[in-house]
Amino acid sequence: MLAHLPVLVILAPLLGAPVASLLRGPNWPWLLATLLSWFALLCSVLLLIQVNAQGTFIYTMGGWEAPWGIEYRIDFANALLLVLITGLASVVLPYARLSVEHEIGADRCPLFYTALLLLILGLCGITVTGDAFNVFVFLEVSSLATYTLIAMGKDRRALTASFSYLIMGTIGATFYLIGVGFLYVMTGTLNMADLAERLPAISDSSTVRTAFAFIVTGICLKLALFPLHLWLPNAYTYSPSAVTAFLGATATKVAVYVLIRFVFTIFGVEFSFGAEPLAEVLVPLAIIGLLSASTVSIMQPNIKRMLAYSSVAQIGYIVLGLAMGTAMGLTASLLHVFNHGLMKGALFMVMGAVAYRMGGTSIDDMRGLAKTMPLTFWAFVLGGLSLIGVPLTVGFVSKWHLILAALELGWWPVVVAILAGSMLAVVYVGRVVEAGFFGEPKDATKREAPWGLLVPLWVLVIANIWFGIDTRLTVDIAEAAAAQLMAGGVVR
Amino acid sequence: MSDHLILRIVGKFLIPYILLFGLYVQFHGDFGPGGGFQAGVIFASAFVIHTLLFGLESAERIAPQWVLKIVAASGVLIYALVGVAAMLMGGNYLDYDFLAADPIAGQHIGIILVEFGVGLTVASVMMLLFFTFAGRGEAS
Repeated sequence: MLAHLPVLVILAPLLGAPVASLLRGPNWPWLLATLLSWFALLCSVLLLIQVNAQGTFIYTMGGWEAPWGIEYRIDFANALLLVLITGLASVVLPYARLSVEHEIGADRCPLFYTALLLLILGLCGITVTGDAFNVFVFLEVSSLATYTLIAMGKDRRALTASFSYLIMGTIGATFYLIGVGFLYVMTGTLNMADLAERLPAISDSSTVRTAFAFIVTGICLKLALFPLHLWLPNAYTYSPSAVTAFLGATATKVAVYVLIRFVFTIFGVEFSFGAEPLAEVLVPLAIIGLLSASTVSIMQPNIKRMLAYSSVAQIGYIVLGLAMGTAMGLTASLLHVFNHGLMKGALFMVMGAVAYRMGGTSIDDMRGLAKTMPLTFWAFVLGGLSLIGVPLTVGFVSKWHLILAALELGWWPVVVAILAGSMLAVVYVGRVVEAGFFGEPKDATKREAPWGLLVPLWVLVIANIWFGIDTRLTVDIAEAAAAQLMAGGVVR
Repeated sequence: MSDHLILRIVGKFLIPYILLFGLYVQFHGDFGPGGGFQAGVIFASAFVIHTLLFGLESAERIAPQWVLKIVAASGVLIYALVGVAAMLMGGNYLDYDFLAADPIAGQHIGIILVEFGVGLTVASVMMLLFFTFAGRGEAS
């Protein structure tokens, strides 16, 4: 069965989604989805071990050899992403049972879990595939599932949030498709490894340059790089808590992965950073993004919205790392993809627990939380410290590597910007912590969130500390992935 | 709608041919142009005409929504399980060569089954979409 691992990750949600839509009641679809996500996590971890032991893992769909057929090609970068996606799914799904039943009602639960499984399917599919068009197909699967899930939010504004994401997401996906179309016209292939082999010979043509521009812009829309982030704050604020936790931790990260794959594997470092001004475009946008979004999040009365803006800022760090075009920058970027998934997942789950008990996620609901819901509150504090980048948390690990990468290039102003971003994070996290500690509870009779929410939440908080102290696993894999990506994609 | 006699008679004439054409596109798909997507849409369009001429209630008696939901899900399952069958018989996922002793026969079986699943899902989802939008005015 080990030879089938890449497809088993996809197959679990693919088989689960239609079955979940036929089950009744809130609990059976939930149980199915949870077990399948654990199975997918098991497969992803085994896959990572395999890649570590034997190198790049290739699976030919339907027995059709690449470049004619679709191949799934797993190296360190996508194995790491797969573990992140399925790991977060495995934590968010147990959490979802109470939260989802509370927020969207028992009758729509089967459809909710169907959409969530389809979302997991799409995200895993984008990650494992080695075919540029197949990426588009899975991108659409995940996007359509996302629009549905966002629209299920309790607030009616969820509908407009979902609609504007639908418009922006479709533009992004269309740009991507136009770019892939141009590449297909020029090379006659859609296989990523094959594209990487053929492109250098013809890269000095305006069609290839246009394709590059379309693909990078399209993906940057999906990953919410400033100033293409406008869909994100509303989408994260109004969607159900469990959805926000999962999306915030994984969806934009998968888009980052696609960007990395195209920039480093398919177009190659020389083309992206030599012939094209990628660093000159992305670095300023990333820095403006991380500073402005952090500043905006200080002023948000709704904490979920504050965290959404903080996500835009964190995307700034991630893009900054990859835009350096060095192995160290890429390592930092991949590390932050993984680590930010852990911290934002935890923080959004805290907000779900607050919404469960207090009925809202504004700063007033957070007042006096240290007295009424201490465990939830301390989870927020630890997650917030991780977001700031305090030592012994994952946030420190990735920011440390990012600063090292900037120092290696001698980019002192960038180092200052990264530190300034962390200072702004101190302010916006500190404001909530202050309200929680010293504020008077809005309703002192409220009690701690139920265990069904607290256990998954704390699992993720502990992961934040664990991977902050024991950095061997994440740093080694990120470094190995960066080395592979810098060497170019054609690792046969 | 009761006075649109000509439309109703002509519609009654057309519906069986549309259904037949849908089935032709479905099952001739591995020799000529066609396949599950196109066939599913054509098949569903017969129900759309029926709904327009005879009303939503009549159409939902023929194709109740709960049945359509089951059909839609089972179409996807057929597709996915054909792939699983190929895997259990020793091939890669969706490698139809392994579905029969003769690889060419296996390819035929595989693509017919997969396209059948696609056709079921597309047809029933098209109908569900149409019924949902057609029923909006009455529900509210």
